[in-house]
Amino acid sequence: MSDVVGTRAPRVGGLDRVTGRQAYVADIPLDDVLHVKLVTLPVARARIGAIDDAAACAVPGVQLVMSARDLPSPMPRFGPQRRDRPVIATGETKYHGDPVAAVAAETKDAAEEAAALVKVAYEELPPAFTLETALATDAPLVQDPSLRPDDPHANTNVLHEHRHVWGDIEAAEREPGLVVVEGSYQFPMVTQFAIEPHAFMAAPDGDGIAIWSAIQHPNWLQRVMAELLKLPLSKVRVHAPDPGGAFGGKQHAKYEPLLAFMALATGRPVRLVLTLEETFQAVRRGAAQVHVRTGFHPDGALVFRDVEANYQIGAYADIADRTVAKGSYTSMGPYVCPSARIVARSVLSHTVPSTAFRGFGNPQQIWAVESNMNEAARVLGIDPLELRLKNLAKPGDAFIPGDTPADGDWAVAVRRAAEMIDWGSPTQPGRGRGIAVGLKSGPTTGLSYSTVRLLVDGSVVVYAGTSDMGQGARTIFAQIAADELGTPLEWVTVVSGDTAVVPYDQQTSASRSSVFMGNAVLRACRDIQAKVRAMAADLEGIDEAGITVERGQVRIDERTIPIADVVKRGLGRLGGEIIGIGEMRKDAEPDHPLGGTAAFYEFNCTAVEVEVDRETGDISIPKYVTVSDVGKALNPNQVRGQDEGAAVMGLGHTLMEHYIWDDAGRIRNLGAIDYRIPTSMDLPADMDSDIVENEDGPGPYGAKGMSEGALLPVSPAVAAAVTDATGAVIRDLPMSPERVWQALQELDSAEPAS
Amino acid sequence: MTTRIELTVNGRGRSVDVEPHHTLLEMLRDDLALTGTKECCLVGECGACTVIVDGESVDSCLMLGVEADGAAITTVEGLASGDRLDPLQEAFLETGAAQCGFCIPGQLVSARALLDDVPHPTRTQIEEGLAGNLCRCAGYEQIMEAVELAAARHGAADPAPHPRAVTTDVASTPDAKVAPQ
Repeated sequence: MSDVVGTRAPRVGGLDRVTGRQAYVADIPLDDVLHVKLVTLPVARARIGAIDDAAACAVPGVQLVMSARDLPSPMPRFGPQRRDRPVIATGETKYHGDPVAAVAAETKDAAEEAAALVKVAYEELPPAFTLETALATDAPLVQDPSLRPDDPHANTNVLHEHRHVWGDIEAAEREPGLVVVEGSYQFPMVTQFAIEPHAFMAAPDGDGIAIWSAIQHPNWLQRVMAELLKLPLSKVRVHAPDPGGAFGGKQHAKYEPLLAFMALATGRPVRLVLTLEETFQAVRRGAAQVHVRTGFHPDGALVFRDVEANYQIGAYADIADRTVAKGSYTSMGPYVCPSARIVARSVLSHTVPSTAFRGFGNPQQIWAVESNMNEAARVLGIDPLELRLKNLAKPGDAFIPGDTPADGDWAVAVRRAAEMIDWGSPTQPGRGRGIAVGLKSGPTTGLSYSTVRLLVDGSVVVYAGTSDMGQGARTIFAQIAADELGTPLEWVTVVSGDTAVVPYDQQTSASRSSVFMGNAVLRACRDIQAKVRAMAADLEGIDEAGITVERGQVRIDERTIPIADVVKRGLGRLGGEIIGIGEMRKDAEPDHPLGGTAAFYEFNCTAVEVEVDRETGDISIPKYVTVSDVGKALNPNQVRGQDEGAAVMGLGHTLMEHYIWDDAGRIRNLGAIDYRIPTSMDLPADMDSDIVENEDGPGPYGAKGMSEGALLPVSPAVAAAVTDATGAVIRDLPMSPERVWQALQELDSAEPAS
Repeated sequence: MTTRIELTVNGRGRSVDVEPHHTLLEMLRDDLALTGTKECCLVGECGACTVIVDGESVDSCLMLGVEADGAAITTVEGLASGDRLDPLQEAFLETGAAQCGFCIPGQLVSARALLDDVPHPTRTQIEEGLAGNLCRCAGYEQIMEAVELAAARHGAADPAPHPRAVTTDVASTPDAKVAPQ
């Protein structure tokens, strides 16, 4: 019997990754393929005039120049929340980078040359590319109000206003003797920056269409394509090779619909590999301004919280409004508080459509509310660690009324982090410590199917539609199947990434896959165990009641036989296989504000020690500690990779990342030179990732999702440490050296040296 | 108008008709179908396209293909010797350094160039040596550990890790179609 769950089993696909054989979309050759290049305008918002493609079409090798006039009328639109995104810009560009035309040519060179020769007449229009301009009463409307006729906000740029309220906040505010702490916090626009720029291919496929995309949700893309092309699902085949990083940015359709129309127009395969600059103009995280007011009893007990947040989403809704809903919903964090009023608006703007990005709307809120907790601790004169422990929900507490009760012993993680950072011990001069926690509601609905085939020689094929984008999903599924069916890990093959072959999976998001698809795989294996049990009963001529099958073993009375031996005998001369199916479903709850309760919560506590260079404002991190409550680490190597990776990614938006805009709404720092992400030189000197494993999650063997938790509290933990080190309170991200230096200057001028 | 160049790629002599404006990265990926070398930023900042040219690690997006005439090049595909993985590849697997994997070819090649130069680097030398290789999964800790592990095991063991030219075959026009790997 193998026993690989819980071990550092080698990554499925690891060998291909270290030998260069892993084929990402851009690495897949298609015969007779045409190369596509997008045509964009050097402005944010413009009325599109005549498009003259004569010069472009004269370039040898050009086969097609497609623009809105070549597409069906009315323009087909798509989007996961609202069908508001056109296949290609029509009438007006909505943001810097919104494509107005696309060229398909025999070579990449010809496509690029021709794209530069497409002449587009346009009239620049005033854009609303900041929250202020988008919310102004005379703001230009980003969306045509006719797209949402029944919406009271249709004549504003507010796409939606979310309100989460419990308790009686008006009464709470009137309680005597309360300490009220408030502040406004700003979180910038940042981008996913997967090292694999987005890549797409489409090709006519019999009487249907084949799509290749580094997509997180292949089945969702299949549905979108079927609807746009008026095809049955069975005629849309989505190939979804492992994404080279996704982080939420590859959840939903972007240019796949355009590519499909181009493939059908030319009758040939077409291929579009975005540049990194174009990828920056395709996906980003929503910026936010969050105002938070929290009332405490003098002993630190929470009494009320009042949050008002404006998220700057982009020109099309994508999944951004959902990030606002979910991010604000848990704005109270993991604390018990008798009353709360949380208001959060999704504000459309003439900017790159924002979408899912690790943390899904929560990092913006957590930056504000956890910074607020740290400021409150100072005002109250209570240790920030104690303030958290005092208010933290205990296991089973209904801390968000009507939702899943606290599903972890979170204080254990908080105490562990404190211990690991030596909380309370003196720091060296110039240094400071900070602590913060992050909580995120996991998936609220979900549906994953898996099929598992136990072959006659005892080897196993698992079909699981999760996109393996670095989290190592296939490894987890292989580990589960190996243990449940008694097969060596290296005898398990996991097939994913092809909707014509692999059963339906709703999506790869919200750190769900180990839980949802993991359970589906587990149940498919147990379905096989049940069939093996019946087979063994038949072979032995005894009742099934006397037989148990588990962990790869068949037990008949005192005898133990490997599953594979029973199967070989049972299948007989014709061979064959045993097929198991498994499913995990969490249905929608229509009355719930999010459409469903949390399948699990992600919880993380982060504690840091920083050193601030007073001359330059540069923050260095001598020690960094992250502790996540993971339920059960199915693969500790991968858990560590996700936890540390999330933490370092969080250091990116905390210390250095942000889009910079010019006065006309164009992004000035497109690409890797002027948009910095953490490198090996930006790591904490000492980084320690630990986990709490109480096997209290809904996934296989007690696992919970855990891939986003460590990103959630990075910013407030670092900010608190900077305050501890210097006295400066910073409420805007990123905490760049310039911003920290300015804060220190202001502090010095406010407090003349004595 | 293409230019014919002769070079050695992963120990094998190659003759390539390359467009003079194409980068070494384009030549490797499009003309030689060596797609292990990855394309990301195209401005020499991300390191995904790192290859070794005559012993030096180079961002292949910043070098023209024609400039590689006469050079000996090692890409990720050339790190292993037959079925025997480079110690770095083994260590990357062992520490779980490869997550999505897209940056990994560049990380491995940079690390190979580093270890060829400094068989037993300090942690700081590793961090500096790989500073030009971005990893957005941010598996840096596990990558650094893998390089340390490989160095500890094999750093100085193999004085000539990349044997040069062996055979020559003439092929590749710019748009040659290549069978899937």
